[in-house]
Amino acid sequence: MSKRIDVKDLNVYYGKFLAVEDVSINIEAKSVTAFIGPSGCGKSTFLRTLNRMHEVIPGARVEGEVLLDGDNLYGQGVDPVTVRSQIGMVFQRPNPFPTMSIRDNVLAGVRLNNHKISKGEADALVERSLQGANLWNEVKDRLAKPGSGLSGGQQQRLCIARAIAVEPQVILMDEPCSALDPISTLAIEDLINDLKDQYTVVIVTHNMQQAARVSDRTAFFNIAGTGKPGKLIEVGDTHTIFSNPTQKATEDYVSGRFG
Amino acid sequence: MTSTLTPVRKRSALTKGQLPKFAPYVVLALALVVGAAILAVVGFNAFGWGIVSAILFTAGLVGWSAAVEGGRKAKDKLATCLVVGSFLVALLPLISVIWTVLVNGLPGLLDPGFLTTSMNGVTGAFDNKSVEEGTPVVGGIYHALLGTIQITLLATVISVPVGLLTAVYLVEYGEDRPLARAITFFVDVMTGIPSIVAGLFAAAFFFAVVGPGTKTGAVAAVALSVLMIPVVVRSSEEMLKIVPNELREAAYALGVRKWRTILRVVIPTAISGIASGVTLAIARVIGETAPILVTAGFATSINNNVFSGWMASLPTFIYTQILNPTSPSSPDPSSQRAWGAALVLIILVMLLNLGARLIARAFAPKTGR
Repeated sequence: MSKRIDVKDLNVYYGKFLAVEDVSINIEAKSVTAFIGPSGCGKSTFLRTLNRMHEVIPGARVEGEVLLDGDNLYGQGVDPVTVRSQIGMVFQRPNPFPTMSIRDNVLAGVRLNNHKISKGEADALVERSLQGANLWNEVKDRLAKPGSGLSGGQQQRLCIARAIAVEPQVILMDEPCSALDPISTLAIEDLINDLKDQYTVVIVTHNMQQAARVSDRTAFFNIAGTGKPGKLIEVGDTHTIFSNPTQKATEDYVSGRFG
Repeated sequence: MTSTLTPVRKRSALTKGQLPKFAPYVVLALALVVGAAILAVVGFNAFGWGIVSAILFTAGLVGWSAAVEGGRKAKDKLATCLVVGSFLVALLPLISVIWTVLVNGLPGLLDPGFLTTSMNGVTGAFDNKSVEEGTPVVGGIYHALLGTIQITLLATVISVPVGLLTAVYLVEYGEDRPLARAITFFVDVMTGIPSIVAGLFAAAFFFAVVGPGTKTGAVAAVALSVLMIPVVVRSSEEMLKIVPNELREAAYALGVRKWRTILRVVIPTAISGIASGVTLAIARVIGETAPILVTAGFATSINNNVFSGWMASLPTFIYTQILNPTSPSSPDPSSQRAWGAALVLIILVMLLNLGARLIARAFAPKTGR
């Protein structure tokens, strides 16, 4: 259960401001794609357009097409809620629901939508999701405790468990490790490696080593200057991007000679 | 045990040039004595003694500190004296009010039947008799207490949904639209409406809709709602605003609809603040007198129906007992009842505030491992 995403000539606007210009990219199913690039180059903005989360910000809109296995996310009559239930997202800062226990956090996607689920099914789903997020062994004895009592790395894995509990086709991750220590980061990276057996994963990261470690393909975004739109410079196999990029800007960025 | 080569000294070199710990107490004692002496010359009174002693204490401590410790420490002591002094000045009226009401209200409150009987059938003859023959004061506040609770409850039932939904609109859907800005502006205006105007509005409204002379508990509840709604809107709005956007986005990203996100994530996260805001809004209107006077009138008997007939409440009970004593020739029993009712009202407000804290604690997001 994973789908590919094809983006064609996508422009992202905030009101009149063109934030990301003319992106075309193919994201393979069951692979990890990393977006790298300097701050403010639009990679997070672009990531959020992949499950219509950017629409939360007033005035945000897009031109172009995003195809999920051939279906345009921005087609007439497409409900963003349907899109988001197929394309999950993990955020930069861990954000478990503070009013809910660990168990309820995992079940949030089911419970908040008022889907009826038997206790047995719920237990199985909680265990499956937490094991999928490599968190089961750490929290199995305290599922009724609040999620906010976990450490930052555990909270982030709880958020990943919450995201995979709704069984999405694609998981988007917006700098999931930037607030975590190296050990928690390693745990999340191992998890990303496991996730790609079942899901299509797209990850935004500032950490080039991380992109090199976890991703199959890498896309490099850049910005010409303040107030200019961000652009996709180059996309290719991670190995190629880091060792033998075709663009000068990419080479400068990955080798640390940027700017 | 290891022996130390450091010689044992009485005072550390690091604490040189400081006033000893007991300095403030010495200055305070001196200030009190000197203050009493000065006041004895011009005629002693406790209030003047306090003021003079406070000035002497401040001057003495700051002067001593300036001599021993230097300018910076002296300024620090001066600031401390001013802060503590302002605090005491702010606290004094509060303590004075509570003390006065306690002393005057306790006899009324401890009167048998005070909380369980109404003023129905209590005439001036009973009061005259109790003053002349020392029999217990009859009559109580049961009808007023019941009226206050019913009117306030109905006002809460009206204002909480209106106020909370308005706040939800402003925070979640308003997006700084002209309508949202207009609502914010008018809510601010409503906050400043004098309570008598709210009462007149409700009275006029019901006169026009139901018929002239309509005075019931429900009219009073509408008047109180006019006062309560802006408070509820404001406090709920602030509480909803501080719910982090990340939680909303987390719910959206799980494919949860906006209204479900608001109902199941945003409001539960903010519920403790909303609940205590509502409780404080109730405390704010429970003591309103003027709007109830023009909308519910005042009754001496028990009225269990907010939708028909005049209704008593604690504030109007106090007002009428003081202004029109049951027995004009011997007003003392009436005044005792009025103070007793005032004490009950203060206790009610205090309980509401305590309740707000308990609610906030009970609903607060759980922490712990």
